This record gives sequence, C-alpha cells and structure tokens, in this order.
Amino acid sequence: MIIQALAFYLFAIVAVASGAMVISSRNPVHSVLFLILAFFNSAGLFVLLGAEFLAMILVVVYVGAVAVLFLFVVMMLDINFSEMREGFLQYLPIGGAIGLVLLAELVLIFGSWVVSPEAGEVAVSPTPPLGEMSNTAALGQLIYTDFIYLFQAAGLVLLVAMIGAIVLTLRKREGVKRQVIADQVSRRPGDVLEIKKVPSGSGG
Amino acid sequence: MAEFWTGYGLPTLIILAQILGVVIVVLIAMAYLTYAERKVIGFMQLRLGPNVVGPFGLLQPFADALKLMLKETVLPTGANRGVFMIAPVITFSLALVAWAVIPFDDGWVIADINVGILYLFAISSLSVYGIIMAGWASNSKYAFLGALRSAAQMVSYEVSIGFVIVTVLLAVGSLNLSDIVRAQERVWFFIPLFPMFIIFLVSALAETNRAPFDLPEAEAELVSGYNVEYSSITFALFFLGEYISMIVMSAMTSILFLGGWLPPFAFAPFTWVPGVVWFALKIAFILFVFLWVRATLPRYRYDQLMRLGWKVFLPFSLLWVVVTAGALIAFDWLPT
Repeated sequence: MIIQALAFYLFAIVAVASGAMVISSRNPVHSVLFLILAFFNSAGLFVLLGAEFLAMILVVVYVGAVAVLFLFVVMMLDINFSEMREGFLQYLPIGGAIGLVLLAELVLIFGSWVVSPEAGEVAVSPTPPLGEMSNTAALGQLIYTDFIYLFQAAGLVLLVAMIGAIVLTLRKREGVKRQVIADQVSRRPGDVLEIKKVPSGSGG
Repeated sequence: MAEFWTGYGLPTLIILAQILGVVIVVLIAMAYLTYAERKVIGFMQLRLGPNVVGPFGLLQPFADALKLMLKETVLPTGANRGVFMIAPVITFSLALVAWAVIPFDDGWVIADINVGILYLFAISSLSVYGIIMAGWASNSKYAFLGALRSAAQMVSYEVSIGFVIVTVLLAVGSLNLSDIVRAQERVWFFIPLFPMFIIFLVSALAETNRAPFDLPEAEAELVSGYNVEYSSITFALFFLGEYISMIVMSAMTSILFLGGWLPPFAFAPFTWVPGVVWFALKIAFILFVFLWVRATLPRYRYDQLMRLGWKVFLPFSLLWVVVTAGALIAFDWLPT
C-alpha cells in the first residue's frame, strides 16, 4: 500500500508540476513536451486505478498521435521570443480583466450546478463485475451493448470532422506532375520503344 | 522489518535481477546484430565484412562501442541543450522498456500484464519523440528535415500496424501476449492471416526506419538525418535504440504471427528444444529478413512511401479486419 501511495504522489506531483510548466515555459516546444509529460503521468494514475486499458489508449492516442501533431505545428512556427515579451505590461490590464470575467463566470456556473438525482444510479448500474473479467472486456461489453448508439454517433461525428478537414484543405494545383501508377503499369514497350536495325558501317 | 523484506525487498531484488538479465541479453544481441548486418550485407555483395578484430571479426562490435565512447561529445552552438541531451536517452530507454512485457517462454516474462500488446504499441508509437526532439534541438536543417520525415512516416505506418494488431486480437480474444502465443498452439497465425503478416513485416520496416524506408537518414540527401549533429555516446544511444527497436519489432512479429516460443510441430524431437531457443530462432529469422531487404532493395521515394502507407496498406488492412471478423462470426470461430 505504501508503494502505491508513493507512486500516486509521484505521478500526481509530476502531472501537476508539468501542467504548470505547460503554461509558464517561454518556449512553446517545451510547453508541448511538458504537456506530453503530463499525459504520461495521467496514464500512470489510470494504471494505479486499475484502468490499464484507458492508460494505454491515453498514451497511444494522445501522446502517440495528437501530441505529435501539436509538436509538428509548434516546431514549424517562427516565433521571436524577445518580440513576444514586449508589451507584456501594456496588455496586462486587459488580459487580467478578461481572466477575472471568465473566472467569475465559471464560479457562477459551478455555484448553481445541480447534480441530477438519477446520476448516481446511471453511473453505477451497468458495470460488469470487475473481479470476473478484465476491464478491457468490461468496457467492450458496455460500449458495444448499452451505449452502442452513443458510440456510433461519436464515430460519425469524428468521420464528419475528418471529411470536413479534408474538404477544407484539399486543393488542386495546376502544373504539378503526379505519379499515376496505373499509367506506368499499363505502358507497353511497343508504345515507347522502337528497335532499329543499323547495318554495320552505316551507324553514327 | 521481516515483513517489509518479504513484501517489498525480495520482490524488488528479484525484479531488478530479471531486468538486468534481460537487458544484458538484449544488449549482447544488439551488438551481434550490428556484426550480423555487416557480415550478411558483406556476403550478399561478395565481400567478407569485418574480419580483423578477433576471430572472424567477432570482437568488432565491442571495438566500435569503445571507439564511440572515447570520442568527444559535441554540443552544437544554438542547440537547445536540455532537449538535445534528453532525446537520445528517450530513444534508448523506450527501446529497452518494451522488453518488460515480452514472453520469452511460457511464464518467462517480467510483467505479464493484461494489455501487453497495447503497451508494446504505445511504446513503439512513443519512439517518434526521440527522433523529432533530436531533429528540432540540433538547430540544423538536415536534422530537422530528417526528423519531420521520420515523424510523418512513423505516424502513417502505425495506423496499419494498429489494424494488424486488431485482426490478431479478434482471433485471440485477449490482449495478453502470452495468451496470444497460446492461441497459436494449433496453427501459427501467419498461415490464416498471411496478408496481415506481410503488411506487419513491411510496416515494421517503416516503423523502425530501416531500408527501403530509411528516408529519415537518407545519407545521400540528408547527410545522416536526425542524428547528424550527435557524436560519441549520444550517437551511440541512438544507434543502440534503433537496433534494439528492430529486435523488439522482430519479437513482436514472432509473437503475433510465428507462435512465439512454440515449436513448429508439437511432437519430439521439436518439443525437446526449449521454447526460448525457438523464440530466439524466430527473432533471428525476422532480423535476417530485415538485413536481406536492406541489401536487396533501393530506397523508396517519399511520395511512394506515403502512397503505400495511406492508399494501399490502410484500406487493405481495414478490409481484412472486416473479412476476418466476418469469417469468425460466420463459422462461429470466435474465441470465448
């Protein structure tokens, strides 16, 4: 138990500290790297909870795919750090005011939050007994039976977003040579080659 | 105190000893993989390969390691020091931690976790960070270009590796690596899932940045790619990481498709040979294929690589997931 508690505090402290570093570090690439560290430690917390499937999916999806794209974009940015720090004091009042307004709004929302009386039942009712099966199987049984429509709807939303992104970024440029594999495969020697017999002595 | 010893002290010592044993074996295997690579390619090109240091050049890997360690570590000006130094460490340690879940024989595994295959997948998808951090922190255009190519390539081929793993999991019904091997007692999966075996093998080449997909380090155009600014021990760590991840991918292939520690036929004399030997032989065979491909095929062009990944492998592996699932349902072969 001691080891588990120590591991929890280690993961939790590193996660919170790297979360703080994400917003406070000057270099945006360092921010993304700290974000990755935060994801990683959250995965560690999931493992401690016994949700190893969620932990692995968190690492595969967020760290292995999403954060790589973040890193790609951030590395491509051409940022002048000294320019960025200029005018910090000038914008401080406006930024601070916006932050205060947002904070007040959040406090108002969470202050008037009412938890539905059925929420507790909904959360506990369909969980299969975890002693009998691994949590991967339990999760699969829930997602593909009770929540199949929600799951499919989430998939459809992602599909629409993907098609939208492709439609927005796809453009046809003129004058670009592209490789068409079918054309190359269907090309026959007779179309492009001609063998000429050159009698000896009359060549070249 | 005695309780603490039996509860924590002894298990910790045993785990440490296991880790040390695996790491030593892996490092020696890696050293002789570099030797084997030079010898195999040498013989394929009618040369002798290394034959000076030790008998048959067998001590060559150690001479190389010593040479690398004695060189000077250079930090380029304008390099981002912290990230520059961490990148090779990440590459090397990620390649080593993957061995925690690999079963060498029935029960010979350090951590027999439920989601072993997902763990391996996660670790292999993380290895892109070592490369991309190295390329960015070097503050050099060749290194950066190599890192960008590598990241794009690894992310692309991970998708089809994911689908291949899904197909195998459908046939096994468990994410545990030992269970995956045990499910192949009747027939190794490379027979019923042959197309996926080929896709996995090719994707493994791309995932480990090996020829013919070694664009990230394409010597002819990018000097040496992401590791061009690295020298001495930092370069050695990249080199070690790359070769160890090759061995990891081979181990993964033999667990998923070639029946891990299982003998080819379940009767004597095949059953007399210990399982770990069969496992090592299968890994060695896949590694030989890696080297064979390198000596045989020219490098792919970047657009061809992307076309193969996204337009050929992705649709085909997706189709094969559907076909496998359909066949399992239709013939009622689903594992319970």
